[in-house]
Amino acid sequence: MGKRIGMEVGIAAAEAVGLCNIDVAAVYPITPQSHIAEHLSDIVHDGRIDAEFITVESEHSSISACAGASATGARVYTATSSQGLMYMHEILPIVSAMRLPVVMGNANRAVSGPLNIWNDHTDIMPQRDSGWIVMHAENGQEVIDMTIQSFKIAEHADVMLPTVLNMDGFQLTHMIEPLEFPTQAEVNKFLPDRVPYATLHPDKPMSMGCFNMPEIFTETLKAKDTALINSKKTIVKIWNEWEKQFGRAYKPVETYKTKGADTMILTMGSMGETASVAVDELRKAGKPIGLVKLRLWRPFPLEELRMAIKGCKTLIVMDRAVSFGGAGGPVATEIKSLLFHDKDRPRIVDFIMGLGGRDVTVENFIDMVARAGKKKDESYEYYGVRE
Amino acid sequence: MKQKKWPEAWHEVTPGCMVFTPGSASTYKTGSWRAQRPIWENKQCIKCGICYMFCPEGCISETTEGFFEANLDYCKGCGICAHECWPQAIAMIEEEV
Ligand code: SF4
Ligand code: SF4
Repeated sequence: MGKRIGMEVGIAAAEAVGLCNIDVAAVYPITPQSHIAEHLSDIVHDGRIDAEFITVESEHSSISACAGASATGARVYTATSSQGLMYMHEILPIVSAMRLPVVMGNANRAVSGPLNIWNDHTDIMPQRDSGWIVMHAENGQEVIDMTIQSFKIAEHADVMLPTVLNMDGFQLTHMIEPLEFPTQAEVNKFLPDRVPYATLHPDKPMSMGCFNMPEIFTETLKAKDTALINSKKTIVKIWNEWEKQFGRAYKPVETYKTKGADTMILTMGSMGETASVAVDELRKAGKPIGLVKLRLWRPFPLEELRMAIKGCKTLIVMDRAVSFGGAGGPVATEIKSLLFHDKDRPRIVDFIMGLGGRDVTVENFIDMVARAGKKKDESYEYYGVRE
Repeated sequence: MKQKKWPEAWHEVTPGCMVFTPGSASTYKTGSWRAQRPIWENKQCIKCGICYMFCPEGCISETTEGFFEANLDYCKGCGICAHECWPQAIAMIEEEV
């Protein structure tokens, strides 16, 4: 294990990719992902790795180039953010339908309009139903670890699905944190070469992602859904392997001080760090509060969530996106619907907050816990909105 | 890799809808879509080959006498051959239902 160094998280994400023996990267720069794109292109240009960096003209092209390269058996990486991810949207379900293990990093940023370049989750939420494995990192170390894990997960013979690792734009990507990199030998030991299920090659003609008539389309979609659901087993297995080799544990749902907690805060991404400080404060004041952090968003880890919230009476869900004209934030909506039949399910309080880069402080979390206690129904609320 | 022509159940769908037999699309006979069929009047045909080149299905072929005919297993009845044949050697007639 290498020593800890101070590094910007976006740069560290590119460095982590540099350890993964990639063949092709096709990345279009966009704030706040640009440092990943720039630094990865430096790594390739400086000859530190033997890979092709394709300077594409758009994100539609970057994801398409990745799909094509992946179909030939290459190990590929791309990264984007916000509008870039929206521009990729058309291709995302095709990549998963073709079972191509493309690995992506997404620096979460608000989607226009109005134009806003700061952090929230409105970019990843519209991609929810694309059939990708969707994960969220909380800090820089997790970005490094999960980037490396992503290749092993995506390419595993029992998975063969693309992955997107979310890292909050600016609030995470631009932080300088003390980080520990595994050595090249350690990564080589953890991450085997890709063994593709099939490859496109002129000497051995075959087709991928073939046209479906109505007679077979339903079966194909069920097969895709099942593949994504089943991937959880392998994801957990790979995370256990990581823990064994590197000593850092990864779980689909992380918990912090949930023992005996009747109220729990649920977060996704970097705000889990702030929330944990709030939980510390509340615990000090004798309040039975815990924290639940969703690391895996797709496939949704329902069983793990049920275990994590056992005994919880009020679950306060932090949503950094909203489904306009619908049931509220996507995370709370999902949890409400999945727990609908559970007799002892907690009351679910849904706060929409942290939109477009608005800070959510320790005091805000403490205040939200107090507000949640007073709230009578389960309607959603824009926390901190000026009335 | 051997595979069935048509997966019955969802778990028989190959990952990524991959097909390992080249040219297997030809097993699907698109001729059943046709509402009209092209009929060649070879007396008017000047053997220019325009119909052959324009057929979007690629289902027109040259006979040993140098005339042209459509493979009705695949001809979708689009009428492009008849439209492009300037000596008007091709007529589109209704298919009997
Ligand atoms: S009708 Fe259309 S499909 Fe049929 S032979 Fe003519 S051009 Fe080809
Ligand atoms: S386009 Fe008409 S004239 Fe030319 S080859 Fe075909 S049928 Fe004959």
